[in-house]
Amino acid sequence: MDTPAGNSVGIVEPRTARFAEPLKLACGRDLADYELVYETYGVLNDERSNAVLVCHALSGNHHAAGYHSPDDRKPGWWDECIGPGKPIDTNRFYVVSLNNIGGCHGSTGPTSINPQTGKPWGPDFPPLRARDWVNSQARLADYLGISCWAAVVGGSLGGMQAMRWSLEYPERVRHCIVIAAAMKLSAQNLAFNEVARQAILSDPAFADGHYLERGTVPAQGLALARMVGHITYLSDHAMASKFGRDLRSGSFDQGDEEHVEFQVQSYLRYQGSQFSGSFDANTYMLMTRALDYFDLAREYDNDPVQAFAHARCSFLVISFSTDWRFSPERSREIVDALIAADRPVTYAEIEADEGHDAFLLPIRRYMDVFSAYMRRVGGAA
Amino acid sequence: MRLDLAHIQRWIEPGSRVLDLGCGNGEFLQLLRDQRQVRGTGIEIGEQEITAAIARGLNIVEQNLDRGLANFPDQSFDTVVMAHALQAVHFPDRVLDEMLRIGREGIVTFPNFAHWRCRLYLGTRGRMPVSKFMPYNWYDTPNIHFCTVKDFEALCAQKNIRILARDVVGNSERQPLLAAAWPNLFATTAIYHITR
Repeated sequence: MDTPAGNSVGIVEPRTARFAEPLKLACGRDLADYELVYETYGVLNDERSNAVLVCHALSGNHHAAGYHSPDDRKPGWWDECIGPGKPIDTNRFYVVSLNNIGGCHGSTGPTSINPQTGKPWGPDFPPLRARDWVNSQARLADYLGISCWAAVVGGSLGGMQAMRWSLEYPERVRHCIVIAAAMKLSAQNLAFNEVARQAILSDPAFADGHYLERGTVPAQGLALARMVGHITYLSDHAMASKFGRDLRSGSFDQGDEEHVEFQVQSYLRYQGSQFSGSFDANTYMLMTRALDYFDLAREYDNDPVQAFAHARCSFLVISFSTDWRFSPERSREIVDALIAADRPVTYAEIEADEGHDAFLLPIRRYMDVFSAYMRRVGGAA
Repeated sequence: MRLDLAHIQRWIEPGSRVLDLGCGNGEFLQLLRDQRQVRGTGIEIGEQEITAAIARGLNIVEQNLDRGLANFPDQSFDTVVMAHALQAVHFPDRVLDEMLRIGREGIVTFPNFAHWRCRLYLGTRGRMPVSKFMPYNWYDTPNIHFCTVKDFEALCAQKNIRILARDVVGNSERQPLLAAAWPNLFATTAIYHITR
């Protein structure tokens, strides 16, 4: 679907917020001071009641909508959902999108300089959990003068942060929007993450995470990790319809000794190499571990109903039929816990062929449901 | 507003909690919310209906009644409503049990298949009735479990479900008295307020 220019937030500029007060992390360590890079779209109203926080997923960043320059080939990662007239309507909402700490797009993370050593943090950057991100986002809210979000929104790992928000800062969230997420990873999810990490670890250029000092780039390992991840983002059907068994080179002719190359092979390699050129391997390790750790109800006696009893907001939960990474079943678990905890919840299961990636795409019914709900959010803004 | 929904309203206490099974576009829940300050939740599977209900600011859960309601705790609602859906579910008897497990009271409406027009149609033509009221052919109808006023009351007796009130809708202005006197013959829609 083409996005007319009138639907774009246009040229946007990232900003940086610096926080001098140490952030106590779940691992027990303190992050002495840190920076968050973020973008905003739309205008904060006088009551400061129309702010929406967008939480990014595994490989996301602060650049969710619009363009950094007129020459940009592609807009921000969630441009389909953020902009004038889009589900998160910037005519109505003030949208805040940040790069989480531990990231590699400007916020303090493994590629930043550790002030104590004068060298990049690398693998010594403290391990993070979703709650650390939520706490740092709450500091950003303070910094921006936002006492209560109209909505905290996220897909996948972003949805996990949104749920954590509803429990950690119940009085600071009016609506929690959880898209293609889960309350915890399944054994299969954990297994895929482990393969991704092993791919990185087994690249000699990774050098136990000290590649920045060594001047090497674990591109091979990171690309492989991304390839594995990417397979889990697509459905069997999406891959079949996109690539089928089409050949990029070679043939099946008898007497032809050359190996064939399928289109899907070259696509995955392209995705891998693109990613490895723009992402940090230590950040990938850190993010996948944060995902592994996440368990919404762990500290609530492993009872999601008890957990959600702490929430005060309304919830929108959305899943996609062919998402096998965080399947509709995982979303229904969230919904059932919310129902049992007597929290207001709306749930839609969107028929979509695109698998987990569907949450990034302009699927008609998804946009309709999301827009209708956001109008409700805005109604009381 | 459909006539059966207007009838139901008076049985619902202001400020109570209502679960609407097959809530459609949420028209009824909105009415209850706006006029009776009801805290409502709707269950629906129609895509258009769900979006419409969300646009009304209601809490709607996409869920197929035929896959059960086990995710709703015992006695978590004051009233569970099911308007014109009983005849469309796979196991109406189980849904009735679930309604009264989840809610203190239930309200059920359904089309009465023993209405005299149906009987006449079937009796004279020997074919499944198709009318403005029941516009489907037998092979493509969502209504797979038609029943009559007598059938429903027999099921309630068998299940020890107490009928708190019965109301009926006839098919014209002149007929309310007839429908009240001989519901199984003159009611087009039967409306029951039930409990255990």
